[in-house]
Amino acid sequence: MAIEVRVPTVLRKHTGGERKVTGSGATLRELVDDLETRNAGLRGALVGDDGSLHRFINVYVNDEDVRYLGGINTPLDDGDSVSILPAVAGG
Amino acid sequence: MLAGDISQAVGDTPLVGLPSLSPPGYALYLKLEGHNPTGSVKDRVAKYLIESAERDGRLTPGSRVLEPTSGNTGIALAAICAPKGYKLTCVMPRNTSEERRALLALYGADIVFSPASEGSNGAVRVATELAADDPDVYMPFQYGNPANPQAHYETTGPEILRDLPTVNALVAGLGTGGTLTGAGRRLKEHDPAIKVFAAEPEYGDLVYGLRNLDEGFVPPVFDERVLDGRIKIDSRKALGATRDLVAAEGVFAGVSTGAALAVALRVCTPRRLPEGSNVVVVSPDGGWKYLSTGAYAAGDLEEIAARLQDTLWA
Ligand SMILES: Cc1ncc(COP(=O)(O)O)c(C=O)c1O
Repeated sequence: MAIEVRVPTVLRKHTGGERKVTGSGATLRELVDDLETRNAGLRGALVGDDGSLHRFINVYVNDEDVRYLGGINTPLDDGDSVSILPAVAGG
Repeated sequence: MLAGDISQAVGDTPLVGLPSLSPPGYALYLKLEGHNPTGSVKDRVAKYLIESAERDGRLTPGSRVLEPTSGNTGIALAAICAPKGYKLTCVMPRNTSEERRALLALYGADIVFSPASEGSNGAVRVATELAADDPDVYMPFQYGNPANPQAHYETTGPEILRDLPTVNALVAGLGTGGTLTGAGRRLKEHDPAIKVFAAEPEYGDLVYGLRNLDEGFVPPVFDERVLDGRIKIDSRKALGATRDLVAAEGVFAGVSTGAALAVALRVCTPRRLPEGSNVVVVSPDGGWKYLSTGAYAAGDLEEIAARLQDTLWA
């Protein structure tokens, strides 16, 4: 199962400079665990020890913020696209 | 409509149907905040910010107001401050449209630029530092001032309920979160079944920059619990929808209106909203302030969107 993940500049130190990486998993949690095996440090940048997402990071599955889907347990399908973005305001 | 002065002409904006763009089984309505005196939804907020500060005795003639803004709030504050004799400094990221700078200059406001690579978060940082160094300025701070969502709770929300009592969903852009928090809360108090969706701008890498994730910023006024979904829209999709609005409905609106429209079209599906739903989309401003960005120019949409992706449009 291949899921494409967009990585923001600030986290590319964990991906060897790549802006896109691919991974697999039936849930966001499984995907993050899978990514961590090849991109050390990425998991810690996204989730805390209790497994919940950090406050200043937003993760989207097919453009939808996972906080309004299933959080770290959001189910994933082959071909889904995942984006990680730092929280920015407007106004 | 007769108004004693410009501040009394804020609000009561039109809610117009979008018959051509509404998907079968759904009715979309667009609340045209560009009809406010300085052309954006932020006139409502500026009026509430300044009037609440006056009530609290934080502003006196000759005071200086200092505010971080991506533009619209600054322009709205400028129009309210000028006739009252308040001086104004706006801290604005460098990657904002030329028109925003020109309008602020016209109103006599001072502009301090924050780095493009820090987006609006950088404007917040710089303004906070400046205010800490200068006890004589008043910073309304739209990101943390309850008067921001209150403006929408007391005006935007009630106007929607008055004009369309059968509203089933609200879609608005996410900047400070003031519109969604205030109007969304008002609508849900009226009918808890009403759904609220946020359209979040997705920019190019420059805007997200190299900032440390611990220095991220979620505006304190933004109540995330009011939302039923939050969907990001890139400049390509926002621009496409903004142009569809011109072609199909004759409405000339800003880029973030396109983003909100794109989200509205996405949530018009029986899985999320029953057929027959009335969906209100908030249009924060008209397209005028974006002409210089080339957003509406002829040419290849992909190329135009690629150029626009590092300019802040919310
Ligand atoms: C063009 C535009 N769209 C959307 C928004 C977001 O509004 P809010 O700050 O209420 O979230 C703003 C805020 O300034 C804006 O200027």
